[in-house]
Amino acid sequence: MRRLAAFGRFWWDFVVGDDWRAAAGILGSIGVTAALVALGWNAWWFLPAASAVVLWLSLLRAVRRRA
Amino acid sequence: MKDGFLFASAFLASGVEMVEALTIVLAAGVTRGWRSALFGLGAAVVALTAIVAVLGPALTLIPIQALRLVVGALLLAFGLQWLRKAILRASGFVGLHDEDAIYARELEEARTAGHEMRAGMDWYGFTLAFKGVLLEGLEVAFIVITFGSAQGNIALAALAAGVALVLVTIVGVLVRAPLARVPENTLKYAVGVMLTTFGIFWSAEGAGADWPGGDAALPVVLAFVVVVSVAAVAVLRRRRVALSPA
Repeated sequence: MRRLAAFGRFWWDFVVGDDWRAAAGILGSIGVTAALVALGWNAWWFLPAASAVVLWLSLLRAVRRRA
Repeated sequence: MKDGFLFASAFLASGVEMVEALTIVLAAGVTRGWRSALFGLGAAVVALTAIVAVLGPALTLIPIQALRLVVGALLLAFGLQWLRKAILRASGFVGLHDEDAIYARELEEARTAGHEMRAGMDWYGFTLAFKGVLLEGLEVAFIVITFGSAQGNIALAALAAGVALVLVTIVGVLVRAPLARVPENTLKYAVGVMLTTFGIFWSAEGAGADWPGGDAALPVVLAFVVVVSVAAVAVLRRRRVALSPA
């Protein structure tokens, strides 16, 4: 059981890292892109913009922690 | 063009991780003997090759749009982590990655650890080299599998990783010291930019969007990520100067 938990923790750290909000923001942004496409918009522009916002917010959180 | 990006991304990411793995193998070899360190290295390379050989072809069975959605999301989450760390390093909020300092720490830990011989090998040296190469190599395997499968060219991504492995091994054997002069922080920044770019590109495609110009949009996305990250570094540098005591 402990090994299974360690395995799960490894993959969590690997993909999500220390800011789960950023990973959640990315998943949400991809969901919004898919929803906009389903509504008939070719929403290629949404994900680059959303990624920039997610990155900036994640940087601000990291900087606040360090400051 | 996409193949060129694919090769460059897999090569750079693999090279950076292999430089880190080399530092660990060197520390294990110098302090605990080369036999156990090289066996550890060999066992890890076999395990990583098996992971790529099994998972790579399995992923090609998944429909390409679903694959790009999943791979794109993973790469984007993973790439933003790299990019965030690189921006924090470049703006001075996090210390730069220092291969010499890491090597010194690994040497000290390996020297003070107890000796346990199993099958004629120093077990600590074997485990240190095995774990180090496996953990660093898993990132390489992840990039090779995700990039290769989403692009439908695992062989090219594996080739790029193989070229990086040969290059780092040759230089490592010649130098017999950590490759501290490799501009690792800059390379990590470049890899973060490329992972994020491919992540955005494939996630949007996987979600059903069509890029204007098709593949020709990739360099535009790359330029966008570079501009955003450089602007972030500039803003955070100013903020750090404002925060630091006079």
